[in-house]
Amino acid sequence: MSMNTPESSRKSLISSPVVRAVAALVPLAISLVILTWGFFFVRDLQLVKNTIPQLFIVVIAIIWGVGGVVLLFTTANFFVEQLPELWVHRLQPFIFIGPAILMLTWALVIPTIRTIISAFFDEASVGFVGMKNFVYVFTNPAMLTVFRNNLLWVIFGTTFTVSAGLIVAVLADRSRFEVAAKAMIFMPMAISFVGAGVIWNFVYAAKPVDAPQIGLLNSIVVGFGGQPQAWTAFFQPWNNFFLIVIVIWLQAGYSMVLFSAAIKGIPAEIMEAARVDGATELQVFFQIMIPQIMGTIIAVSTTVVIFTLKIFDVVWVMTGGQYDTSVISTEFYRQYFTYNNNGIGSAIAVVLFIAVIPVMVYNLRQFAQREVF
Amino acid sequence: MKTSRVLWSVLSVLLLGSMLMAACAPAAAPTAAPADTAAPAATSAPAATVAPAATTAPAATTAAKPAATGSFLDRAMAGEFKGTTVTATGPFVDQDAQKFAATMADFQAKTGITIQYQGSKEFEASIKAAMDAGNAPDVIDFPQPGLLASFAKQGKITDLSKQLDVAAVKANYNPYWIDQSMMPGKDGTPIMAGIWERVNGKGFVYYPKKAFDAAGYKVPTTFAELTTLEDQMVKDGSTPWCIGIESGAATGWVATDWIENIMLRTTTPENYDAWVAGKLPFSSPEVTNAAKIMASIWQNPKYVYGGTATIVKTSFGDSTLPMFDAKGPKCFMNMNGNFITSFFPATAKAGVDYGAFYFPPIDPKYGSPMEVAGDIWGATNTKPEVMAVMQYFTKAEHLKVWMQQGGAIAPQKDADLSWYGSDIDRVVGGAIVNAGTLRFDGSDAMPGAVGAGTFWKEMTSFVSGAEDLPTALKNIDASWPK
Repeated sequence: MSMNTPESSRKSLISSPVVRAVAALVPLAISLVILTWGFFFVRDLQLVKNTIPQLFIVVIAIIWGVGGVVLLFTTANFFVEQLPELWVHRLQPFIFIGPAILMLTWALVIPTIRTIISAFFDEASVGFVGMKNFVYVFTNPAMLTVFRNNLLWVIFGTTFTVSAGLIVAVLADRSRFEVAAKAMIFMPMAISFVGAGVIWNFVYAAKPVDAPQIGLLNSIVVGFGGQPQAWTAFFQPWNNFFLIVIVIWLQAGYSMVLFSAAIKGIPAEIMEAARVDGATELQVFFQIMIPQIMGTIIAVSTTVVIFTLKIFDVVWVMTGGQYDTSVISTEFYRQYFTYNNNGIGSAIAVVLFIAVIPVMVYNLRQFAQREVF
Repeated sequence: MKTSRVLWSVLSVLLLGSMLMAACAPAAAPTAAPADTAAPAATSAPAATVAPAATTAPAATTAAKPAATGSFLDRAMAGEFKGTTVTATGPFVDQDAQKFAATMADFQAKTGITIQYQGSKEFEASIKAAMDAGNAPDVIDFPQPGLLASFAKQGKITDLSKQLDVAAVKANYNPYWIDQSMMPGKDGTPIMAGIWERVNGKGFVYYPKKAFDAAGYKVPTTFAELTTLEDQMVKDGSTPWCIGIESGAATGWVATDWIENIMLRTTTPENYDAWVAGKLPFSSPEVTNAAKIMASIWQNPKYVYGGTATIVKTSFGDSTLPMFDAKGPKCFMNMNGNFITSFFPATAKAGVDYGAFYFPPIDPKYGSPMEVAGDIWGATNTKPEVMAVMQYFTKAEHLKVWMQQGGAIAPQKDADLSWYGSDIDRVVGGAIVNAGTLRFDGSDAMPGAVGAGTFWKEMTSFVSGAEDLPTALKNIDASWPK
């Protein structure tokens, strides 16, 4: 580039770091203004949408959304690049992860804080009630049933999901039909929890004894001369197990796949050596395989513990939490949305939140340390 | 340097573009708040500026009663609010939403007001979220007045008595409905929070008419006759009752309807009111007695098709199907609200394939007061077109199409019984309009934690045999919010 004198003097002014940084703030500010103004523009377009075609609003919203993000990133990055080297290194990462952090704060952190706050307020979130909601949560007999059920879910759901997955993985490993067997076990994973609830509602369906039994379980029972039973309603508290089975059926495939991969990762020499040393197959399983895949077992167990703690869909679809099958999530939903009790609803949510944290932290640590995936 | 120069030019183009867009933006829109009441017509929507009435409207709406220019409805019918939109939400979807659209088509054509209805199956949750967020629709259909009451208490519901001609509304309703629409506002003084748009009567016993008549059965007029009839059916090798209480997350409400109906027939309406208000405990002899009468039918395996296993596992809608079995009825009677006919086989004809009688009095002293439930609409603002819709709901005429199609009963006194499409609806409609004593569905009027919570829950526990009756009733009492 050939330059004459006046231009180069202007250039020297622009190359002064402070001036450049301040100047670079202008596009950033402009893009922020455009973004904010665009928000109100799109929002107000919606208010008058009966006079404007919906498609037009959608197009505007997409241009604003996608274009705005690109614009904001470009201008912010441009601004940071005008700063001294040291600050570029300090600030640039935030340009990249900043939006994600902002979104998380807005959609996750703030709601969490608000939930914690409203747990200490009354049902309309107006008057401060201190620990009253938590006292209710831990003393009310119905709530104690809820905790008992969740405990059943965590203990039996996790144990059976993990052991079923492990057994299938080990056995399939030696089978000629490995692929077919694993595919069968894995298939329910593709079904949503609500879908599974609907399916199992049919399995458990009870019809009067003289009518055709459309439920698999009752048609077997009636076939052997028994009386049709309402499995998920009678036999409290054992009816919970009829619900837990559904999740085991759904999730055994997940644990099986992970265990299968882990087992195949065990060095063949170790197994060989054990067998040469005269170890029985059971000894190989318990003393070689299990310790070798312990990381995977812990990771899978904690994952299953977390989702059995949060279990909602299956219970909601199958019984709606009736017949003493209510769990923490369904009770929270009922209190908050059906009974309109923000205080107790939030308190239950906070209890669930606190219960999940240690498992979550442990889980993340395991993932980081052992790199199981 | 080169990249930055490109950036600068891109920015300047963008800046220019945004200026252009700002210039053509709807200027009034940014200040429009949906609930703005100060000068509704001027700021509510840019559309108002093209409406010819923009200058006269603010004056009319600030007056307590728009006497000078006629009622909201008259003005709407004169086309004053043409081009405006009223947003609506409620719990009904699919078929009922279509019937609602059909029944409001006439209004929309005449007034030019567009009604945008968006129903939700998870209505309670979605309306709470919308209310909390401050973007609730203009008018909302509440199937349970308790929920409306909780929003009225938060000051989010319009006091209709300040907007509509109260005398005219009162003249068109049984006073009980008016009482049930008065709810404490934010400062505790009662406001008229809603309009009863359509209702349903409960305690009707449906039966397969052909087989019923063929067997020589007579409609019972007393509880003793009902018991005789039940025993006769058992003797004939059949089963009297079809009962199912499964209803997803709402499982158990059928049991509460039974208890309420029996309560109304075994004690005074005052006791019933005290019970609903939480002053008469569930463990009282009155309520215990009602539950025992219910249990005497439900827990008798000879009286209920399939016994308790079928009761707890069959959905309330499917429980009616054995009455229409191709090989003849498996059971003969199902007690429900008049909405249950929607669950009958599509081929079943009212008056031919099925009939209905009103659950007979148990103690002649108390007769058989009508248990009712219904849909009450509340408004979230005072925009004139919204008030016009609310006023329209106070007239039975608006339900005409729905009544013809079946499934809606009009509580308004100006309802013409000839508008009903089926004889059974006509019987129910006549019974509701003419009933001396009406009482609202108790569980719907109780606090949510009981009426949609423990009352259902403990009754299902009792029916499934997990708890005995005194324990169940005691647990409900313990759960009543203090």
